Amino acid sequence: MSTRREALLWAAQRASAALLALCVVVHLATMIYAAHSGLGAAQILERTRGNVAWLGFYCVFLLAVVVHVPIGLRAVLSEWLGWRGAARDWLLAAFAAGLAWLGARAILGVFL
Amino acid sequence: MSTLKLRVWRGGPQGGAFQSFEVPRQASQSVLDVVTYVQRSIDPTLAYRFACRVGMCGSCAMTVNGVARWTCRTHVDRVCADGRLELAPLANLPVIRDLVTDMREFFDKWARARGRFEGRRTRRDDFERVAPDSEPRRQVDAAIECIGCGVCYSSCDVVAWNPDYLGPAALNRAWTLLRDVRDGARLERLRAVAGDAGCHSCHTHLSCSERCPKHISPTAGIAGLKRAAAAAALKGEL
Amino acid sequence: MNPALRARNHPGYWAFLVHRVSGILLALYLPAHFWVLGLALHQVARLDAFLRWTDQPLVRAGEWGLVLLLAAHFTGGLRLLALEFLAWREWHKALAAVAAGVSLALALAFALAL
Repeated sequence: MSTRREALLWAAQRASAALLALCVVVHLATMIYAAHSGLGAAQILERTRGNVAWLGFYCVFLLAVVVHVPIGLRAVLSEWLGWRGAARDWLLAAFAAGLAWLGARAILGVFL
Repeated sequence: MSTLKLRVWRGGPQGGAFQSFEVPRQASQSVLDVVTYVQRSIDPTLAYRFACRVGMCGSCAMTVNGVARWTCRTHVDRVCADGRLELAPLANLPVIRDLVTDMREFFDKWARARGRFEGRRTRRDDFERVAPDSEPRRQVDAAIECIGCGVCYSSCDVVAWNPDYLGPAALNRAWTLLRDVRDGARLERLRAVAGDAGCHSCHTHLSCSERCPKHISPTAGIAGLKRAAAAAALKGEL
Repeated sequence: MNPALRARNHPGYWAFLVHRVSGILLALYLPAHFWVLGLALHQVARLDAFLRWTDQPLVRAGEWGLVLLLAAHFTGGLRLLALEFLAWREWHKALAAVAAGVSLALALAFALAL
């Protein structure tokens, strides 16, 4: 356990949290707007397909999520499941990769 | 005269159980009075700690109705509305016997967090000047009154979940030294308190701050350690 | 009260628990969320069928729950960023209440649109 690594993970978690705060405000606002306007899936996709600005936004959002979620789960795994060590970190890295892949597919599907 | 229905944990490292007593209720009675009454008048084999009995030493800390407190400064009226009192040793520490815990790991962690002052000047140098209203000195003032009673350590869930976690008291002391402009071991101390066993495992439950009888907030100091460790790591110093 | 709860029954602790549990639930939800959206890539018909399924009231209620989870985790996270990065002040206890209030308000805004 390197103290430098732990300090950098903490910094990455807080930085991604700050970025996510902005992204989540936008995301929640859009979801609330969509719900209020009674927009259906087809209508939403009409607006998102080919929209480069939204594509860029959700790429940033995804990157922040892929950093933030695994680091957050790391503490839960060690404290509530007693799971520490390299195996836990490898699993989380794999989870991050999986999340990134699924997220990229979602972005491509909705915005391209 | 009314009586108090008391349950006291009896046992040792192998385990134990609660034993019931009936204690006469007095006006203005502290929990320490109750324990003392049991040991002197009912069962002399009851083991418990106290020293100053006036809220200065912290020796009498134990779990009162599920919450870590100083028994000398806890009035019975405040903690048992229904005439029932339950006493147990401090949590998160090994038990020696009955209400007495082994405080060694608490103080070992204090040492591991490098909780000792390491000055840079000698007797031949002039005094270091520390302005009392400077930001570092005010931050130290807010945290320096810790007497090492163990209540915060005993109230912290992360201590329970992570055996290596240094704990709020040790980290709080390290913070006061980090903000002491006279101290010369800044980086060594940051290396000692950063990481999984250190400040980065604090999840801001605030139980320590809630329970500290000296109204210190170790969480505040630990937040400071997190910031300092991250800054040092980003600068490549850690 | 349950003895284990007595020492933990204060705002900071509940805030932690809500933050951690909402984080875990969101972490479990996200892969499913991304997978469903990814259906738009090659299996549009399947996506359409799925979205029709989400029109059901129980699923709508689930969506509201998700918004509440996200709002709770988000406001709790803002509180933590304040506690860790801003100068320590006495009003930190109030932050938990503010976070709870704002997250409920956000969730209500979503719910009222349903």
